[in-house]
Amino acid sequence: MIAGIDPVVLIASLMAASTPILLAALGELVAERSGVLNLGVEGMMITGAICGFIVAVHTGSPFLGFVAAAAGGAALALLFAFLTQVLLSNQVATGLAATLFGLGLSSLMGQGYSGIKPPPTANVPFGPLAHLPVLGPILFSHDWVLYFSLALVVGTWAFLKYTRAGLVLRAVGENHDAAHALGYRVRLIRTLALAHGGACAGLGGAYLSLVRVPQWTEGITAGAGWIALAIVVFASWRPGRVLLGAYIFGGVSVLQLRLQAAGIAIPVQILSMAPYLITILVLVVMSARRGRAAIGAPAALGRVFHASD
Amino acid sequence: MKRRDFLAGTAATGTVLASGLATQASAAEPLKVGFIYLGVPGDGGWTYEHEQARLKMVKHFGNKIETKVIQNVPEGADAERSITQLCLAGCKLIFTTSFGYMDPTINVAKKFPNVKFEMCTGYKDAPNVSNYGGRFYQGRAVIGNIAGHMTKTNKIGYIATFPIPEVVRGINSAFLYARKVNPKAEMKVVWVNTWFDPPKEADAAQALIDSGVDVLMQHTDSTAAMAKAKDAGILAFGQDSDMMQYAPKPRISSIMDNWAPYYIQRAQDVMDGKWTAKDSWLGIDTGIVQVGEISSAVPAAVKADAMALHDRIKAGTEHVFTGPLNKQDGSAWLKAGETASDGALLGMNFYVEGMTGKLPS
Repeated sequence: MIAGIDPVVLIASLMAASTPILLAALGELVAERSGVLNLGVEGMMITGAICGFIVAVHTGSPFLGFVAAAAGGAALALLFAFLTQVLLSNQVATGLAATLFGLGLSSLMGQGYSGIKPPPTANVPFGPLAHLPVLGPILFSHDWVLYFSLALVVGTWAFLKYTRAGLVLRAVGENHDAAHALGYRVRLIRTLALAHGGACAGLGGAYLSLVRVPQWTEGITAGAGWIALAIVVFASWRPGRVLLGAYIFGGVSVLQLRLQAAGIAIPVQILSMAPYLITILVLVVMSARRGRAAIGAPAALGRVFHASD
Repeated sequence: MKRRDFLAGTAATGTVLASGLATQASAAEPLKVGFIYLGVPGDGGWTYEHEQARLKMVKHFGNKIETKVIQNVPEGADAERSITQLCLAGCKLIFTTSFGYMDPTINVAKKFPNVKFEMCTGYKDAPNVSNYGGRFYQGRAVIGNIAGHMTKTNKIGYIATFPIPEVVRGINSAFLYARKVNPKAEMKVVWVNTWFDPPKEADAAQALIDSGVDVLMQHTDSTAAMAKAKDAGILAFGQDSDMMQYAPKPRISSIMDNWAPYYIQRAQDVMDGKWTAKDSWLGIDTGIVQVGEISSAVPAAVKADAMALHDRIKAGTEHVFTGPLNKQDGSAWLKAGETASDGALLGMNFYVEGMTGKLPS
């Protein structure tokens, strides 16, 4: 115990608190590396939150709930992809519209679901490992979605760095005309990247409604999607830094509430802004150290592609 | 039960009035009434209760009234735009239902002197702006009493929103009455700086639970903390609306806002041409502030004690803030037998003696 706060409990709870943002940010990272700015993350998260909640409640299976959440988020992302990739609409405006649409749709779908308790998402059974001191609560007593999110960090990193498909995706994000000239199908690749991003956002949303809160309330995401978007930028589009950013943000958010509960005399206003401030500071300092190249925004980010240009 | 009786009463008088005015009303345009909501009716709390009151109002007046609602309006520049929009849409009476709409309401009221405004929990005056609010601190005294009785660890958690007088009053009131029945009771306050953010509310609840709290109060709007309380097996109170879906445990009672009698009255005043700007601060005696049913998880003796307190406050024989009372720093506030004035309560910006922690300024 340090000043009335158990660091083991703190770390275990910050991991759970960060997972929704981490999932959404990882998905958005892939979409942005393919060159599309998707401002609809918040809408896709909350669509996933309600789709997952409804399916989990009716089937009694949180797993099916998460599958439905991914499907729901991806469906909204495909709508976004259709508008921006086929009809060539403005990505910023369409993204904002997707967020508003998702918020409205979710509250419509959620009618009659407030106050219901979803089936619990069980922790992965690690047997005696979960009872280890310190390591047990931190490493071996979480639900499978949390482990999945960590695996996704490694998976996304390896995919972008080591696979041919990842290279093609990055090429599309850096210079879509060149990628097109080489014969890569820019719109298809971007659509797939968006669907992946939407599915991840949906999972993040469902993690809120099925694990963290866990219940359905209108507006449950309360801006988490926007935090995810910001973390992608401050993390210079790198999966490892997204993990760091999400965990710092979640960690300081949880820590500041615990400091208050423990009665530590730090002004509340400073505690409240700490998560935003510290996350930005850490990620900016890390990027600044390695020069301009380290910023690494995909060159074609947000630009409209049409084969005739 | 009480609410239903009251409504039946108002409905009856309403019908009498309606039949008397029928010829007049059928010829006249319906009165357009606007509502600005902070959240969505599905929050299960604050906005939900305003929506319920609106629905009861519509039911009461039928086609003599037409309501317009804008939801999810942030407190700030957007609020001014939304209120203006309602004015331009022809609303003659507008309810702005959150503290942060106060300045926007006053600004818009200057531009539309013929529109009447009802500002919830505000305090700034204008010729066409009324302020109305509930004396929720009265309800909080009652649940503070229950919390004091029920806590085993002597730690009561309080999820607070913003350090404004409304919230500070509630904390002081609950704390005073918890202490009266349990001198060892301590209040742990966590400020979340939001009215509505379910994940954050859940985190705050968990932080309090992990620090040893076994009874939880909240000033936030959603039921997220309730779910955490249920998982942890501790007790909690509903806020703004009944949150009965969590009874009998963790929800052992609640404070409810029932705005319908006031809304119906004010709309009637506009129709009758009798509306004037006034400040109303309505307590348990008016039915605006209600203490929800105390659940079976509470022993009969505790329930009886809480209800006796409730009845004393309702009858006006007990004032929640009665001296001798000191401020947290030990300086004198109220002399023995002295009660706090409404002005002092509306500006309350300090903790009472015995509270731990520092009040953010």
